[in-house]
Amino acid sequence: MTEPSAGELLRLDGVGVRLGGREILRDVSLTIRPGEFTGLIGPNGAGKTTLLRVMLGLQDVTQGRVLIDGRPRNHRDASIGYVPQKLGIEPDTPLRVRDVVSLGIDGNKLGIRLPSRARRERVDDMLTAVGARRFADARVGELSGGEQQRVMIAHALIARPRLLLLDEPLANLDISSEQGIVSVLARLARAEGIAVLLSAHDMNPLMPVMDRIVYVAAGRVAVGTTDEVIQPEVLSRLYGQHVDVIRVHGRVLVVAAPEGSDVTDDVGVVG
Amino acid sequence: MFRYIVEPGFFGSGPVHIALAVGAVIAVTSAVVGVFTVTRGQSFAGHSLADIATTGGSGAFLVGLNQFWGYLAFGAGAAAFMEMIGIQRRRGRDVATGVVLGAALGLAALFLYLGTQYSSTTGASFTILFGSIFVITSSTVPALIVSALLALGTVLVLARVLLLTSLSPDLAAARGVPVRAVGAAFLMALAISVALSAVIIGAVLSTALLIGPAATALRVAKGPVRAAAVAAGIGVAATWLGTLLAYDSYYWPPHGRGWPVSFFVVTLVTGGYLISYLRPGGKPAETPAEPEHACSVALC
Amino acid sequence: MFSSFMLNTWIAGTAVAVIAGVTGFFAVLRGATFAAHAIPNGAFAGAAGATLLGLNPFVGLAVFSVAGALGIAGLSRRARSDVATALTFVMMLGVGALFVSWSTQYAQEAYSLLFGEVFGVSADQVRPIVVLGAVSVAAIVVMFRPLLLSSALPEVAEARGVPPRRMELAFLLVMALATSMTVPVVGALLMFSLMIGPAAAARSLTARPGLAMTLSVVIALVTVWIAIAAAYQSNWPLGFFVGVIGAAFFLAGKAWSALTDQARSKRGANRKILSS
Repeated sequence: MTEPSAGELLRLDGVGVRLGGREILRDVSLTIRPGEFTGLIGPNGAGKTTLLRVMLGLQDVTQGRVLIDGRPRNHRDASIGYVPQKLGIEPDTPLRVRDVVSLGIDGNKLGIRLPSRARRERVDDMLTAVGARRFADARVGELSGGEQQRVMIAHALIARPRLLLLDEPLANLDISSEQGIVSVLARLARAEGIAVLLSAHDMNPLMPVMDRIVYVAAGRVAVGTTDEVIQPEVLSRLYGQHVDVIRVHGRVLVVAAPEGSDVTDDVGVVG
Repeated sequence: MFRYIVEPGFFGSGPVHIALAVGAVIAVTSAVVGVFTVTRGQSFAGHSLADIATTGGSGAFLVGLNQFWGYLAFGAGAAAFMEMIGIQRRRGRDVATGVVLGAALGLAALFLYLGTQYSSTTGASFTILFGSIFVITSSTVPALIVSALLALGTVLVLARVLLLTSLSPDLAAARGVPVRAVGAAFLMALAISVALSAVIIGAVLSTALLIGPAATALRVAKGPVRAAAVAAGIGVAATWLGTLLAYDSYYWPPHGRGWPVSFFVVTLVTGGYLISYLRPGGKPAETPAEPEHACSVALC
Repeated sequence: MFSSFMLNTWIAGTAVAVIAGVTGFFAVLRGATFAAHAIPNGAFAGAAGATLLGLNPFVGLAVFSVAGALGIAGLSRRARSDVATALTFVMMLGVGALFVSWSTQYAQEAYSLLFGEVFGVSADQVRPIVVLGAVSVAAIVVMFRPLLLSSALPEVAEARGVPPRRMELAFLLVMALATSMTVPVVGALLMFSLMIGPAAAARSLTARPGLAMTLSVVIALVTVWIAIAAAYQSNWPLGFFVGVIGAAFFLAGKAWSALTDQARSKRGANRKILSS
């Protein structure tokens, strides 16, 4: 365990999580520095969601520690923004897009706040930045998945976080929406120096923008650049069985070898 | 002509003044709380609380108290209990809840029976079950107003947090919102609103003032502030118009009795909801697929 | 209490229990507990209206119950189902309250229609109950397999040509007719206790559908018989006993399944888990 250095936004040291008798995460160590774009990649069921929840403070760790800015995590942390995978709303929920983004500023505070022009402009600017201005007055429950993603990104960014976590933002999106979201994120992150960590089971759409990758499999992680991590030896050690890395047509595929002993996870093909 | 719309003595009558003033306060509270109730998918919790309030009102009658205290005590108690065993969840439409409600209503039956054995008040059962805005005793008025302001105040202070939580409970929790405590506070406000509505239109029908105006408002207003305002307007209109019609109906057949206020209020509220489907260009709501449970936090 | 005077009461109560057990089994299976609460309220309005007009109350009951069922089915397609059901529910009760308020004995009548009044039921009141009860039960038995399939596995049923909407409507209508008969006896508010409690208890005892439905009926019968005896002795309302006994059976069922689950898992703990 190395000592935390200055300027680390988020640091996990030897984190382990045990739930219901099962070890979900084991010996996870990683750091995130300002401005980094990190992909949290791995097959479903590998522990990505649990890892995200640990970072958000929604899940306690049974081992290790979580540090924000070098200090142990405190629930009132405002410096981490979050974009959840799914919204729990019905189509008639009385929230327009601009209401949702406005909640990003102070939706966690009690009391009544009177509307102000400065606030409205701030919301409008944010909406324009993510490309959601044209449906600012639509009910958020009636938008498409891609549109909702943009709105939730605006919601998270308007609070000026230093780290933005996104849970499977690209799942359930078509290709062009996928590319749209990735480019919005990359552009905004670079412009504001915000670190981004997003989870996905397919790393390929993120290859152009990822600085680092946290690859999760069987509850353990391998951290580094894609060149360092996406190697057969590294991944085989992670999965506990032989896997191959195939690069074809500019895409990367991680494939489990057909003859595997000790199979404890069904790996299949990871895109 | 005016005489046929407003029967003589309406504006001069004491009970009418109380009915209109208190009715308006209660209607606004229920409507605003109702918007959040429907948005959070807690209509059934409201209904459960109403059934338990029935038991409370009957019990109060049995021991000689004003039924509002019974509605309030049992409703608040039930809310606390529901919170403890985690029954707030959106899909809490359990069989278990139904069975408990059945037992509670059975108890209400018993209380009413015993109460009518020992009391000489005629029509008490009817008043507890179906309410009467004209028999609000002036001694309970301060308690009613204070309770209404308490419930309304709670919901207004929690408004943004409630909206954030309904957007995504995980997100709210990640931003430091004590989701469970907020849910508990809201459930209490809901219990108080149910008790208040029960005073006007009876325990059995109280959810009409809670859900009707809110459901209509959600169909015509997009943002939270406007939805609350529209709901409040509908609630007050229905209550006032219902009061007026109930007063007038003294002169309608059968003479000298008057039709129940609760009938008018429920009809107006339901009618308003149905009318909202006639808006030109208003699309019929596609049956919303139950959204996949987005939360991993204990309660939504 | 077994005098000939009480004979009609016992017959009516038995018929009600059988109906409740059968319809309740499917109501619980389909998760239609709220509808089971709401539809009898239509019956309440119908009974009140029919009494007022001097009609045979069963006509009014049937009409309003069916209207309530159609209202719920129709509205829930276009609106949030919880709002639709809630509003239909209160509307029915509101109309019922109106009719009741016009009668001279309004408090007593409200009470008996909501909470039940089985004693003193006459022979020609019993006859329609038994007849319509037999018809509803027969209908359910005839529809048993497709209804079971569409309740438990709606997509599979649809793929096999069982139209889910029509089954839903058919089920609601049968429930409406069945409960319309029973409301004067057990009361609108408590009819659903009788439908849900025994059926839920039966489910905790067995997973086999035919057996579960039979158990539903048996438990409902026992509930009603105990309730009639207790109400006769104490003069307390029948509905109180129905509500409380129904809840007791439900809890007993839950306790039973908790105990058998524990026993089963103790036995199975030594077996190696072959797949996760």
